Amino acid sequence: MKIRTRTLLVFGTTAIALAGCGSSPSSGPSASPDPLSGSITVFAASSLTSAFNTAEKGLEVDHPGFTAQYSYGSSQALVTQVINGAPADVIATANTSTMQQLVAKGLVNTPEALCKNKLEIIVAPGNPKGIKTLADLANPSLSVVLAQPGVPVGDYATKALAAAHITVTPKSLQLDDALLVEQVESGNADAALVFVTDVVTAGGKVTGVPIPDAQNVIGTYEIAVLKASTHAAAAQAFVTDAVSGDVQTQLLADGFLKAS
Amino acid sequence: MIRGVTRRPLLGLLIPAAVAVLFIALPLIGLLLHVDWSNLPSQLVSTDVLTALRLSLECSIIAVAVSLIIGVPLAYLLARTGLPGRRVIRGLVTLPLVLPPVVGGIALQTALGRTTPIGTVLDHFGIVLPFSTAGAAIAEAFVGFPFLVITVEAGLRQRDDHFEEMAATLGARPWRRFWQVTMPLAAPSIAAGAALCWARALGEFGATITFAGSFPGTTETLPIAAYTSFEGSGQIGMAITLSLLLLAISVLVLVVLRDRWLGALR
Repeated sequence: MKIRTRTLLVFGTTAIALAGCGSSPSSGPSASPDPLSGSITVFAASSLTSAFNTAEKGLEVDHPGFTAQYSYGSSQALVTQVINGAPADVIATANTSTMQQLVAKGLVNTPEALCKNKLEIIVAPGNPKGIKTLADLANPSLSVVLAQPGVPVGDYATKALAAAHITVTPKSLQLDDALLVEQVESGNADAALVFVTDVVTAGGKVTGVPIPDAQNVIGTYEIAVLKASTHAAAAQAFVTDAVSGDVQTQLLADGFLKAS
Repeated sequence: MIRGVTRRPLLGLLIPAAVAVLFIALPLIGLLLHVDWSNLPSQLVSTDVLTALRLSLECSIIAVAVSLIIGVPLAYLLARTGLPGRRVIRGLVTLPLVLPPVVGGIALQTALGRTTPIGTVLDHFGIVLPFSTAGAAIAEAFVGFPFLVITVEAGLRQRDDHFEEMAATLGARPWRRFWQVTMPLAAPSIAAGAALCWARALGEFGATITFAGSFPGTTETLPIAAYTSFEGSGQIGMAITLSLLLLAISVLVLVVLRDRWLGALR
């Protein structure tokens, strides 16, 4: 695993170096400096927390002088903040429709597909209520929580339940998947629909009940550089690394699926 | 004329004072400028807004009722008796005034959540506070009731107790003195305290969303609806409409309180 990480990293940095050469001919014949330097601010969907935090340590080691500040939250909340002028350099959303709002307003460069994710049911450790399928969530004696409409994981859940003709009456609509996990962890809720990756990062504090692909919704995450970025070169280098370098390894380890 | 000296405005003070006024006024003006006035009437009577308004009124009124039932007796004991540990109790009761509401919500969660000892007992009787309107009302009462206790206690303290003594010499029993002398005299401060408590409960957000979650018609009160439209679904127009509604209610509370009841606080 370690060796594979290294290999990918070499490919990643090579790609960045090449991209750097290609995109900046004006820098002259001298060796172009590492574009991944300086400090950038990354807005990312909360489901990316673990992957980005872990990958970040590697990036900082391999690129001295590079640091990234992360702000994690619901994709819709982050998009609202960017529309309102939040000073970010990169944004990664958990679906394409929230990113599309930024594209429509001309606030980001063309987004790139980062990875894919799908839903899973989470329940208390050991699944004491014996929940096995999506249809079980319709049981009115269960306390089920979902995400707000507009929040990606909430939209995915709405789609999956509608496709399976299942009506679930949630007890609460949370603002992001981290809050959904928290409600199941605390025992307030019996079950929630979250991303399969949330189950991986929650460790043993919750149990995941897989949903067969036929009933599942597989959604694409996107990442883009903000047009207002004051560190555009470093931001682009980060995005390139995220879609093809070190960050990908970490994403796969956390249970994300490849974007293509 | 000595008075003339203090009347002449010091320019050095005028500038920061003007900044202070703008500091409060500008955000409110910004809000008003972004209101979509043509769609406002239809938004105000939409099901979403009416549901949140009804729920907000319901929860805040329950919160005030709970605060009155437990807060007035406490204020009376703090003001009129040599209750041991009075200062500690007073400090404890006023703590929610300075405690970040979200901490209150987490604390309520750890005490009354579904898997806590109390929560387990309540669950036997079919009562689950998280995700319920009762839970939202409890969170609102938690942050609102210090306003009632402090106001009523101050009202009782500043009035001396010679009417009660007089009633006692005329042979009135303690309970009769309480209901027929003390309570009527404390009425203005109780009303002021209840109004402040209600306003605080109505605006409560942090403790409610942390402890009771957010669901339209059950726990999604006006401030939570404003937040979820802003952050969750990106409907900024709706968030502004809800904010305007809350602003109007706040102004109304101030106007009503201004002369009639705030006198009790002076």
